[in-house]
Amino acid sequence: MFLDCSAPKTLEGLAWASCYLTSGKHIDFYWAFVVVLALLACTAPMALMFGYGGATAARSHSLPVRMFGKCYIAMVRGIPDIIFFLFFVIALDQAIEWTKHQIVCPDWTEPVRQGLEFKVCPAAKVPQAGTAPVVHQIYGFGLAVVTFSIVFGAFVANVLYGAMNAVPRAQLETAEAYGMTHRQVHRRILVPQMWTYALPGLSNLWLILIKATPLLFLLGVRDIVYFARELGGSKTQAYEYPHPDWRLWYFLGLMAFYLLMTWGSEKVLRRLSARLSKGQATAAGEALRKAGAVA
Amino acid sequence: MKTKILASGAVLALMAGMASAQTVRLGTEGAYPPYNFINDAGEIVGFEVELGNELCKRAGLTCEWVQNDWDSIIPNLQSGNYDAIMAGMSITDEREEVIDFTQNYIPPASSSYVGLTADVDIKGGVVAAQTGTIQAGYVAESGATLLEFATPEETVAAVKSGEAVAVFADKDYLVPVVAESGGELVMLDADVQLGGGVGMGLRDSDDELRGKFDAAIKSMKCDGSLDALIARAEYFGPEAVVFGDAGKEGC
Repeated sequence: MFLDCSAPKTLEGLAWASCYLTSGKHIDFYWAFVVVLALLACTAPMALMFGYGGATAARSHSLPVRMFGKCYIAMVRGIPDIIFFLFFVIALDQAIEWTKHQIVCPDWTEPVRQGLEFKVCPAAKVPQAGTAPVVHQIYGFGLAVVTFSIVFGAFVANVLYGAMNAVPRAQLETAEAYGMTHRQVHRRILVPQMWTYALPGLSNLWLILIKATPLLFLLGVRDIVYFARELGGSKTQAYEYPHPDWRLWYFLGLMAFYLLMTWGSEKVLRRLSARLSKGQATAAGEALRKAGAVA
Repeated sequence: MKTKILASGAVLALMAGMASAQTVRLGTEGAYPPYNFINDAGEIVGFEVELGNELCKRAGLTCEWVQNDWDSIIPNLQSGNYDAIMAGMSITDEREEVIDFTQNYIPPASSSYVGLTADVDIKGGVVAAQTGTIQAGYVAESGATLLEFATPEETVAAVKSGEAVAVFADKDYLVPVVAESGGELVMLDADVQLGGGVGMGLRDSDDELRGKFDAAIKSMKCDGSLDALIARAEYFGPEAVVFGDAGKEGC
């Protein structure tokens, strides 16, 4: 169906609604859902990687590595998210530009920090001045993914650290008795078995991560909560589609989206948990075994 | 609609003429009609966008617009995410300490109170204002209880919901809001003059850029095109305060 939306103020009823819901700003709003899902898809594996690195470092036999791992976990976990998000992104952005500045502008004489200002040479700007706005958006999104991953990675690290310690020591000793090296024990015995202990903690983090995505707007990425507030706010005649305060409806829509996300995640996580408990020497594993024996 | 055509015309002229010129990023809030807002097509439009594009054309610069949250609009200027702010920002002494302003492109204008009735207590009640604005500072000192919100939209919503007895903001922003509320909101007869007009904010160290924009603003004051733009119906209307002859001094 082709709609003529060129004069929205003359439209009424269904035609108005379909024009309204397909306006450019609404299309941006729908895209923001994709951005949120993309953020989750990028952040989850990356946070898991950071967490795994952090946990392994915290259990390392070398003191400096262990200190580093424990410091990372303690620091990030201890700092309120909102401070981290406000401070860290600007710091990360400036660190990238400062590093590039040192490389591309070695002859630059002016100080980079002038009072409250941060000025690198024009060639060291990331992204370069004059690049398309979409590049700036992708860069902003990248910063957001890294920041989210570092924050959630610290929590993941602590969960995995606990899970690694929960794997029965007897299992590891048996493996060592078979002549496996430390590395082999880690890879073949410890890591495959730790997941059943880690999953409850990780599933918590996943749900918290879903709910934390509105923090994206703090990082300059226009997310669904920003659009819901912006689109729902009452609009005067300066806009093409004037309407009263409709924020309630937009937020109800968001609520449905978030509930759907968490509900779907719960289902997947429950299956995953059953799968991982199979054959484990835990209460859940024992329950599965008994259920199997009866059937 | 007319705005959009004119604005895109200005952008086209810019791209054709100044392809090789320096690119300047302009930061704005995008939530403060008619100064700057995101229209239904998802584009940044408004008085400041049209003015900014014209200033860039006169200064021989290529400009692009960046939307940024009001709360972090000055820190992001300082860390270099954009080069100038055009966001209905009044020139005040507090802001002069951290950034530089061009000469004003909107003369000092009135701020007004809007409430549900004309007799609400604006000296002792709860008054809503946007965080970090001159109006918020004024309310805090007026004896009323200040209730701050991140966006102008929310300050008006707070009055409608009864959370605050009145909202205090730029009169130009409130006039259409009151006109379209269907009699629900009334403007109080208590206008206040605040600030030194609206100007463009730049980093302290960017004197050269500030000079270019200053000259461009002056040239628009001299040929009367700035006053004409302010008085356009879709922006501040024929009754708005304009520069008039005072703006033409020293032309």
